[in-house]
This record gives sequence, C-alpha cells and structure tokens, in this order.
Amino acid sequence: MRQFVEGSHAVAEIVKRCRPGVISAYPITPQTHIVEDLASMVANKELNAQFVNVESEHSAASVVLGGEATGVRSYTATSSQGLLLMAEVVFNIAGLRLPLVMTTANRAVSAPINIWNDQQDVMTVRDSGWVLLFAETNQEAVDLHVQAYKLAEDKRVMLPVMVNMDGFILTHGMEVLDMPSQEEVDKFLPPYTTKYKLDVDNPLTMGYLADPDYYLEIRYMVQDTHKQLLDIIPQVAADFKKAFKRGEGNGLVEGYKLEDADQVFVAMGSVCGSIRDVVDDLRAKGKKAGLLKVISYRPFPKDLVAGALAKAKEVAVVDKSISLGAFGPLYTDVMASVSSLGAKMPKMSGFVLGLGGRDITKKSIMDTYERLSGKQVDCEFIGLKKELLVEDKLNG
Amino acid sequence: MVETLFKPGHTACAGCGQAIAARLVIDTAGKNTMIANNTGCLEVFSTKYPESSWGVPWIHSLFENCSAVASGIEAGLKYLGKKDSINVIAQAGDGGTADIGLQAISGMFERGHDVLYVCYDNEAYMNTGIQRSGLTPTLSNTTTSPSGSASIGNPRPKKPMPEIAAAHGIPYVATASTGYPQDIQRKVKKALSIKGPKYLQIHVPCPLGWRHESNLTFDVAKLAVETGLYPLFEYENGKLIPRKIAVIKPVEEYLKVQGRFKHLMKNPEAIKEMQAIADANIAKYNLRPEV
Amino acid sequence: MIGHLTSKPGSSKANKTGSWRTELKPKFLKKNCIACKMCVLICPEGIITGEGKNTFDCDLAYCKGCGNCAVICPKKDIEMVSEIEKGEK
Repeated sequence: MRQFVEGSHAVAEIVKRCRPGVISAYPITPQTHIVEDLASMVANKELNAQFVNVESEHSAASVVLGGEATGVRSYTATSSQGLLLMAEVVFNIAGLRLPLVMTTANRAVSAPINIWNDQQDVMTVRDSGWVLLFAETNQEAVDLHVQAYKLAEDKRVMLPVMVNMDGFILTHGMEVLDMPSQEEVDKFLPPYTTKYKLDVDNPLTMGYLADPDYYLEIRYMVQDTHKQLLDIIPQVAADFKKAFKRGEGNGLVEGYKLEDADQVFVAMGSVCGSIRDVVDDLRAKGKKAGLLKVISYRPFPKDLVAGALAKAKEVAVVDKSISLGAFGPLYTDVMASVSSLGAKMPKMSGFVLGLGGRDITKKSIMDTYERLSGKQVDCEFIGLKKELLVEDKLNG
Repeated sequence: MVETLFKPGHTACAGCGQAIAARLVIDTAGKNTMIANNTGCLEVFSTKYPESSWGVPWIHSLFENCSAVASGIEAGLKYLGKKDSINVIAQAGDGGTADIGLQAISGMFERGHDVLYVCYDNEAYMNTGIQRSGLTPTLSNTTTSPSGSASIGNPRPKKPMPEIAAAHGIPYVATASTGYPQDIQRKVKKALSIKGPKYLQIHVPCPLGWRHESNLTFDVAKLAVETGLYPLFEYENGKLIPRKIAVIKPVEEYLKVQGRFKHLMKNPEAIKEMQAIADANIAKYNLRPEV
Repeated sequence: MIGHLTSKPGSSKANKTGSWRTELKPKFLKKNCIACKMCVLICPEGIITGEGKNTFDCDLAYCKGCGNCAVICPKKDIEMVSEIEKGEK
C-alpha cells in the first residue's frame, strides 16, 4: 500500500507487522517517534505486545534480551548516547546468540552533545557480532526490518540484526513508500520458534562462564556465522524480491553506474542518494563516475567490494564517522578488502563528511570528487570552516 | 525425597553461606521457576562451562541488569500467557544489588513486575577479592576499606536497601539470614504467593571474606541476628513485622569470631560505635522481646 | 557455526568436589539423631539426605569438609573425623 509517511512512522508500522511480543525502549532524539507510535499501537490494541517503559537504555536492551530469552520476538530502538550506554548489553546479546532486531537512528556522539545525524554511534558497536545493515531510503529501512527478523531468526544465524537509518534525514523525512501488508509480512516472516530458550519443561543454563579452554572457539563460531551470512543475506534478499517484487540488489552492496566507472564513491546510508545525483551530473559532463553503496557493514562483503573496485582508477571512501586518531571506519574496511588486489589496487582516498549533522551538499560531494585527482589522502575532512579553526587562549 | 534444583559439584568455598541460601531459595521456589542471575560468586561457581548446578531455566547476562532481564522474562511470559504458573527470580550479591544494580532494581520495582528479587548479602564484593560495597557494614575491614594507621575500616553505614525497596511501595520486603534456614524458606514461600515486586535480602556469611572458620557459617550468621547487627523483619504492604530476638547478645560475641573485625577488638570506642548501631536497629525494628 | 549455546542442567555433578577435603570428613553416628533435618538445611553442597531418625548420611563424593553439619547438630550426632581412618594409609 503506497503511503506518504514520515520515516519513523513507517518503521513503527513495519515493526508492528513483524508482530514483536516484547518492546522496550528509552526515549532519545531522534528515535522517539518510532517508540511513541508503537506505544500508541499497543494502547489501542493494534499490536499485542508487552510495552516496557524503562529507566535507561541499558535496561531497555536488557529487557528485550530477557524477552528473547523466553523465545518471544522482541524489539528496541535507540540512538547515539543510548546505544553507547547499552553497548555492554549489545555485545552480550550477540554473544548469547539471541535474534533481536534493533533500529538505530544514527546520531552524533558527545562530547560536545549534538542531536543531529552522523554514523559515529553505530561504530562503537561495530565489533559486537551484530549484523549491521544501512538503509539509504525510508523504503529500504522498511524493507530491511522485515528481512532483519528473517535473518536473525534463521537457525543457521541466531545473531541480532541492527537496521541503521540516518537520524532526522530518514527518521523525520517524508517519503512516498510502499508499506507491505500484514498478510504479506506474515507470509514472509513466520512466528519465531526456538528450542534455545528459558522453558521450565526443558531447563537450560544460558550465559555461563567460559574460561580460556572454551572462549576462543565460541568467538570463532560467531565469526564463522558472519562468513556464512555473506551467502544467507543474498538468499533472504532474493526471497524478499520474490515476495514483494522489490529490491534489485544482493542485500550486501549495490552498484550505481559502476561497471565502467573510473572514479568510484563508496558510502553507506542516505548520503548515497546525494552521491547518485552527483554521479549523474558528472556523467552528463562526460566523467565516468560511479557509486558503490555498502548495505551490509557487518558482515563486511570484502570480496564483493574488492571486485567492484578492481577496475576503478580512483576511489573516494566517504565516511560519516571517524575513528579519532586514525581513519574513517568504512575506509579501513575498504582498504583491508582492496589490499587483496595487490599492485592492481586503485588509488584509494578517505574522506570524512557530515559529522554532527553538517549538511552534505552536492558541492561538498563535488569537492570530494575534485580531490581525487590531487594528492592521495587517507582521512580528509571535507567542508571545514576555516574561521572556526581558531585556538582558545584559556591556558595562555 | 525431592531432588535439589541446585546440584552439588559447584565450586563454592567450603562453608559458603551463599551456596546454602541459594539452594534453599530455589528448592522452595520449585521447578516452575526461571532465574536471572547477576555476575558474582554464585554465578561464577555454579556455571563454569561445561558444568552447571542449576536444575531450572537460568540466565546470566551482566553485573547490574538481572532486574531488567527478569523484567523482560516476566514480560515475555505475560505475552505467552504463562506468567501465572511460573515464578521469576532475579538474584544478585550485595554489590550487584545496592551499587551497580540500583538503577535497574528501582525501575523494576517502579514498574511493578511480578518478580522476586533476592539479594545475597555477604557485605562486600567477594568474587573480585573482598572489596567494599555499599552494603559493607561500618568499620569492616575490606581490601578497599582496609584498617591502617589512618583508618579503622569502612567509615560509612550500610545502605538501607530494604528501606529503599520499601520506599518504592512494593508489597513485600524482608530480611533473612543463613542462621535461620527455615525462616528463609518461609519468607521465599510467602513472597512467591504475593503478586508484584518482592525484595528479600539474605545475610550470607563468607568464610573467606569475613575470615572465620568454614564450620562457623551457621553460628556467625545467627550471632549477627542475635546481636541486632543484622535485624530480621518484614514489611508487608508497608507494615513492619519484626522477628524479635529471644536473647540479645553483645556485639563483641559476633565481632570477635571474624578476622574482618579483628582490628576493633582492642578499640573500646569502636566497639561502642558498633553496639550503638545494634541498639539503634533493635529500637527501630522493635526487636526486643515483649516482657 | 552455532555451538556451546548452553550447559546442561545439573551437569556440575560430574565435578566430584569431595577431592577438596584435606583433613576432616563428617561421620554420622546414627545414635542420637532426632531427624530435625538442620544438617540437611545447612549443608552448602546440599548432599545430606535421610528420612527418619538415625537415617541421615552425606555423599562423600561431594563433601568439602566444611564442618557446619557437625556444629549445627543439636544432639552432637555428627562428628568430624580424620580423613585417614585408623589403620588406613
């Protein structure tokens, strides 16, 4: 059913249709509309779920951990500081192999405090073992949530999945999109069943102490599942396309005018939409530009990325986050992937844009493009305002 | 005879008070019980992979979130329509309850979840090596509140965790002691018959941390109660029900058998201070037997 | 790969903590016992069983020798005796 709807409301609607039984969240901008909608749906009996208002994100994540542990499909959403506060629980959920789905409305992290969009928050749990998917549009956000539960609850996977959507840009952006019906979602996503749960008829111990004799293999198993996910994610994407007649890609990466591109942008999330426009403008001027959009950041599709960039001359990796003291996180993953190309590696450059909600305009993307012909850079901030780069005289 | 739900073969120290109490709790609660356990001695000595002592569904997540995990389990069971026939217990040590776990337990109380919270109070962070917690008694010697030339041990009073629980308006709060094992059973049974959040704080001696012989677990726990230093009482819907002390003993009898109070024995002022705490408890909780 | 998700209930019984004992073990005299069951309640390992007077005993495979049972018995019917019985090495 086609709707003109705000991103958050669309996410709440699709989550409702996934039929979670336990929902728990703590308010944080810009996730609030999602959980407010879900609370309203429960209050009006549109959704049969236990809605637990908690006293912090750490408890929100712990509540849904408990819900999943009883074998009940659960849901939570957060951003920025909330994700950082629950980080310990996020790692715990993946380690416990619980198939939770969470929405992160990506937002900058303190200090200084900033409520606007960038992707620094999710990077703090990059190593947690979660599947990390990035939506470019609200339609993609809707579609990814349905696929997320299917992926997470797959008996070969049993790992939590996070759908990332840029805060405000997507959450508060209005878009015409196609909302899957309840019947369609029910057909695609059967009820969650598992033997791995707390059950008085079959008692189990979950969350034991693993000493050095056991821990390494248990960690390896999560890494191994991520390798398998590189096949399972495309399977689920294909199943989704068959059921909903939508979604061209393999669920891992997507190319735009990539096949003969000399210069390629690599990016994640909503910025890809702006980059597509710039690629079109460049193509109109005879420049062979292209875009490699990364949808699955974890597992990182290193072979697909290397293959997609193999024939390019220059590559601009666009990060909306930064590992302070080193490089943009996406840049490091892309570099590790293309290192397999050896001497045939294109000229790789890393750029940081849009931190703290700084507008990424077509001009700033063009600036990035222009830099590609110059000196190779590995972590160049685009759009710095020179007049603000002045030092304090506080300590003399 | 019904088999215990907390099987032997766990690696608790010989004479561990927490092992005694944990077994009494789960055996009283029965097999239709799910447990969310915080990090601590109990979790570590009962679930070292691949062995587990637990005969009921049991989950350990982190150090401070058993209340929140239990809330989620309760919500899940409610969604499944099974909550009425299954007990949910959240359990932790004193540090995991009154310090790092305080936020989560307060949230659970405030939301009114049908969960029994059990705090095994051995009065310090024992699992990590006897460090001071918010429930460490005054003047107690711990590794982070040691006695020395400039200190006579922990300078602060015990955080009044039962009062904090009661202040949330929950229907049942109680303290219990390893020195009164049938009382623990009675209170667990009573708590589980009440709907809503319940808080039970059990005094559990730690031979290693308190520095007493392993065969004095029961005696030391009993002395704590008989001196008034560990008052036993219940708050049922806010109404105080004390367990009166038959014969009140002076605090020295309790202090002198434990190495963690050894530094006080030659210090009459300190003993007076401890006696004052005991006397205040006896007055506040009405523990003196009727004449 | 998915494995080592849980540990089996009661699997701790494989760990025979009776090997921890160094000096003393409990001896149930079965002479004066009144079946008060205080020893059953207080044992940290939960390994004392019995039903009726003078029937109580403990599973030495798990007994750590803490000695609480001997202290608590109101009839002094439990004694802590040497691990090495007279005549044994």
